[in-house]
Amino acid sequence: MLHDFTSQFWANTVDGLTVGSIYALVALGYTMVYGVLRLINFAHSEIFMIGTFGGLTLIQVVGFDNGPYTGIALVGVLLACLVASMVASGGAALLLELVAYRPLRRKGASRLAALISAIGASLFLQELFATTVIPHFFGHGGGRDPIHVPDLMKKETLFSIGSGDVRNDKLLIFVAAIVMMIVLDRFVNASKLGRGIRATAQDPETAVLLGVNIDRVVVVTFVVGGLMAGAAGFFFALLYQQTMFNIGFILGIKAFTAAVLGGIGNLRGALVGGFTLGLIENYGGSIFGSEWKDVIAFTLLVVILLFRPTGILGESLQQARA
Amino acid sequence: MSDNTNKTANTAGWRGALSGPLEAVRTHWDRAPGWERWAVYVLLIIGALFLPYEGLAPVMSPESAWSTILFYPIGIYVLLALGLNVVIGYAGMLDLGYVAFWAIGAYTMATMAVKHGIGFWPLLPCGIVLAAVSGVILGAPTLRLRGDYLAIVTLGFGEIVRKVAENTNWLGGTRGINNIPHPPSHEGVWFAGVDLFTYKIRDARPYYYLLVAVIVLVVIFSKRLEASRIGRSWTAIREDEDAAEIMGVPTFKFKLLSFATGAAIGGAAGVVFAAKTSYVAPANFPFLLSATILAAVVLGGAGNIPGVIVGAFLVAWLPERFRGLADYRDLAFGAILVAMMIFRPEGLIPSRQRKAEMAEGGGGMGHMGAEIDTSGSEAEVGSR
Repeated sequence: MLHDFTSQFWANTVDGLTVGSIYALVALGYTMVYGVLRLINFAHSEIFMIGTFGGLTLIQVVGFDNGPYTGIALVGVLLACLVASMVASGGAALLLELVAYRPLRRKGASRLAALISAIGASLFLQELFATTVIPHFFGHGGGRDPIHVPDLMKKETLFSIGSGDVRNDKLLIFVAAIVMMIVLDRFVNASKLGRGIRATAQDPETAVLLGVNIDRVVVVTFVVGGLMAGAAGFFFALLYQQTMFNIGFILGIKAFTAAVLGGIGNLRGALVGGFTLGLIENYGGSIFGSEWKDVIAFTLLVVILLFRPTGILGESLQQARA
Repeated sequence: MSDNTNKTANTAGWRGALSGPLEAVRTHWDRAPGWERWAVYVLLIIGALFLPYEGLAPVMSPESAWSTILFYPIGIYVLLALGLNVVIGYAGMLDLGYVAFWAIGAYTMATMAVKHGIGFWPLLPCGIVLAAVSGVILGAPTLRLRGDYLAIVTLGFGEIVRKVAENTNWLGGTRGINNIPHPPSHEGVWFAGVDLFTYKIRDARPYYYLLVAVIVLVVIFSKRLEASRIGRSWTAIREDEDAAEIMGVPTFKFKLLSFATGAAIGGAAGVVFAAKTSYVAPANFPFLLSATILAAVVLGGAGNIPGVIVGAFLVAWLPERFRGLADYRDLAFGAILVAMMIFRPEGLIPSRQRKAEMAEGGGGMGHMGAEIDTSGSEAEVGSR
């Protein structure tokens, strides 16, 4: 047990950081919506799921399925699929806001109502894919079976750190996630819309008085969260070459755990939380057996909420400095 | 009385079509003398006893055995919905891992009966207590938190319980546990052509009657709880937790109690279920089932026992009756949940109090985004 931990330490570190990047990108969506609306966007996991299908659509429609690609072609295909995933998820997040949340906000409904509406939307989207979208558009008879995503790139080890082989796709995911985080951090901290988001998170009433268009802020928050989840979805499909109608369920709870771990409402916390969760889960998996990974992650969630509900960084979107 | 009806019909607009007659019945019921209420209760129980009547089968369930359907899903869903109603309807907390308690009850029956040969009757209280204790263990760290955290943590808990069952050989792993013994039989007590206490594999009706007995007990229990100091505390917590705390309600204690009560009812359902099917596996307890029971409670009217029973009955029965639509069942549930929250958050047969709370925008966990709703009234602004 402990021997596995030491001998596999670097391999688990590499895997943990890779999957942690995906958790972090999804966690951003939870954290941003929570920061602005004080609402856990339960259907965010389905936004991620739609992202995994975004790239696949392009692969099937345009015919990017005769990979693996190399050189410029690879860069082009990866970028195109990434954008397709982000657009699909961003659009879905926008629709979700307009259909499932906005009418409730207008009525000043209770949080319980919003949460139930979110669960309904989540169930609806999953089942829509299982019963309709997957059989009809992805030519897959069993809508509830896993779907293979064709290989886009040749996966090879670039270099090794101890027992950890750093593969090109894993490095790409890690670097891309960090770059996206930096861009998002700049957007929230330096742009005019970002200032609106922070103002709304801090004090919605005053923000309205000072001329912030709240509806637009909420829409932007959902869409940006959706774009990040879409990117995560594409990376997930690239890494595991597989997707499914309910792929977002477990990953969604884990990403939420990551958001809470880092400090919900805190953008940088999502990054820290994602990596921490990815590492703990993989280290724990090497000690107790990988079938216990999910249990480790969810137990961690209960433990953090018990001892430090504000998370590692604690500082939230409201208090972020200008 | 007619004044009241008219007013409701006017204010509710197109929804008055349903609310009008319902309100009239309600008003009548509130003023009904004791003997009339008892008569209705007795009639309802007699109705439940004659529900497995073979003549109903072609109408209610042309494609599968009617008495089997009556036990599972209908009866079990009703019992689970009544349990979840204590948590969601009374105390206003969202529990998304409710099937976990059902699973704990079922696995208690499975392991203890198969490995240690303990009978059904001693195990029924054991399963109830064990589920309640796990409710306390889960609730104690999490109930101090805001409601939506609780939702996610209970969701995680539901998955933990399922995964532990999957990964533990002692619990049968993914294959589950089979050959669970049925409850002991006492032959020779006949009612309407059913040997009442003969628990064999063929006839589902004795199990159904057992379940009806449990459901009746749970209904009485919930009703008494609702009317007690505990029930009033739950209402206070649901409407405004901070205010309740200030007024001297020990909110944490009562939230924990509600959680444990709900869990105990789930545990009872689990023991009965395992004793009937004689087989349990982790696949019996997916998150989707928690969501389905939630849909039942919300659809019927959280906090109102007749509403919850009707909701659970519809949610369980409709997909069995219309098998062709079974594929789209969960799709419809999802859409219904969203639509209900937008158009009729109080449910089909709401509790009056709950409806009033919903109309004010309260009714659990405070408002969502009321503070940023630019068209909102002043009372709503800043109530966070």
